[in-house]
Amino acid sequence: MNNLLVMPVLIPLCTAVILMFLKEKVLLQRRISAFSGILNLVLACVLVTRIHEEGIQTLQMGGWTPPYGIVFVGDMFAALLVLTASVVSLGILLYSFTSIGAEREKFFYYTFFHFLLVGVYGSFLTGDIFNLFVFFEVMLISSYALISLGGTRLQLRETSKYLLINIVSSTLFVAAVAYLYAAVGTLNMAHLSQRIHEAGQGGVLNVIAVLFLTVFALKAGLFLFFWLPGSYSAPPAAVRALFGALLTKVGLYAIIRTFTLIFAEDPDVTNGWIAWMAAATMILGALGAVAYNDIPRILNYNVIVSVGFVAFGLSAGTPDALDGAVFYLLHDMLGKALMFILGGLLIAAAGTDRLERMGGLIQRYPLLGWSFFALALALAGIPPFSGFPGKVLIIRGGLDAGMLTLSLIGLGSSLLVLYSLIKVFRLAFWGNAPGTEPPKVKLKGGTAVAAGFLVLVILMGLGAERVNTYVSQAGDVLGSPKLYIEAVLKE
Amino acid sequence: MEWMMAVAVGVLFTVGVYLILSKTLLRIVLGTSLLTHGVHLLLLTMAGLKKGAAPVLGGKADAYVDPLPQALILTSIVISFGVTAFFFVLAYRAYQAHGTDEMDNIREEEQ
Repeated sequence: MNNLLVMPVLIPLCTAVILMFLKEKVLLQRRISAFSGILNLVLACVLVTRIHEEGIQTLQMGGWTPPYGIVFVGDMFAALLVLTASVVSLGILLYSFTSIGAEREKFFYYTFFHFLLVGVYGSFLTGDIFNLFVFFEVMLISSYALISLGGTRLQLRETSKYLLINIVSSTLFVAAVAYLYAAVGTLNMAHLSQRIHEAGQGGVLNVIAVLFLTVFALKAGLFLFFWLPGSYSAPPAAVRALFGALLTKVGLYAIIRTFTLIFAEDPDVTNGWIAWMAAATMILGALGAVAYNDIPRILNYNVIVSVGFVAFGLSAGTPDALDGAVFYLLHDMLGKALMFILGGLLIAAAGTDRLERMGGLIQRYPLLGWSFFALALALAGIPPFSGFPGKVLIIRGGLDAGMLTLSLIGLGSSLLVLYSLIKVFRLAFWGNAPGTEPPKVKLKGGTAVAAGFLVLVILMGLGAERVNTYVSQAGDVLGSPKLYIEAVLKE
Repeated sequence: MEWMMAVAVGVLFTVGVYLILSKTLLRIVLGTSLLTHGVHLLLLTMAGLKKGAAPVLGGKADAYVDPLPQALILTSIVISFGVTAFFFVLAYRAYQAHGTDEMDNIREEEQ
């Protein structure tokens, strides 16, 4: 029993409710938001150290022992994701202070921001598949609001599409939960895992697994990503950063959790599907990143590529690959937040999001330019940045598992990612600006946040050894569901 | 009893999907609403339609119903109400902004 586990959900929830009453007081809203973000960060650190020392923590709501009642489970994987999410969200929060505009701030931007965090943290920490659905919905409803906030025609159109896709996938989620409950008779993840282990994973459970995979793949942008590039282009950069860094990662978390813990009995079949989807995602995402000429789309396709890469790590399934998937997921949350913030600053500096109308920015914004260059290297997985250790682990795991083609696709997609970002760097920062130069804008706050993220990305790469002690603890639980089951269902 | 529920779920799913595939935004919203109702019935049926007393501690009955699906349905219905309401407002705003609720026209105008 550990009440600490529920705090990452409670703090943003209370903050959001308080902020609702402070509609006009923008400055106060910012202060409260920042305070709540810092508080969450500290708590997440405490949580990670405690799990590191004492093992998996559980919290049984109202004292109802599992499999009855609702549990929160904090294993290392979830805790690391909560920690990274709190770092990322704090950074994006600071970035929104300077970029989001008073209009949005007055219309409950920070409220929705914190409600979104409730959903994200809750999805990571819950140990019950129906609550996963509920937290998904909390997260999604806030994301609908954030995407449409501002109400331009483009936003309204993209929100309708995004909303429709997500309603259909949520409907399928409930259907999948219903079938699972009919087949196995429980909803607690540990208990599900135990029962499926006892009964074996036959045809029916495989069908249910496909249904879950479809649902989570839609949310994560794994293969079923057709909605993502358009929808994520509509909102402003801060919201885009939040979505790119957190939303798809929650979908990935759900895929990793369900397929290492619940549907783990028939890995040849399930990992086979995930491997194919990962391959298609990496190829199509990389092609998209190379093909487009407007910055939001290039960045959005980069999100898709990394989703495919993490899924490849999961499908390889060796201990190395699982560690790598966790490591790369953590790196990717930081990296994608940095990428969208830099992209937002770049668009603000150039006054347009079309590459062909940019050029020569390096003279006026040298820091921004070189940060972008460093980011390109980091996302492609070049040492000393944080992308490297995760990528090495995943590729090594993939080769160990005999997945040569997929490893090659992974490496090739990294190359295309590098190409697409260097293309942005080359066209936007070098050469001469076509036409009149836009007036110089102040980017101070945003650049500071971006620099902070960049330092973190480098530190995570240099201190990979140290990060790895935590990551491998997370990978251990993913590799052997028994640890998770024993922690939750212990007497 | 279960077969009747199965038919009802099937009809709701069919009509829901048909409406979602149509062109006007209003029909799409109604379609999602029907689809979620179908899935709620599915949730209730999947646990088995048992005949028994309400699961209250201290009651004396031979059989009790499973309370869990009802708790799940309640949560799910509340969520779908909220989302549908949001979708209606969004559709109305889109209609105002674009002057039409035909999906084809909404798309063309942006290009």
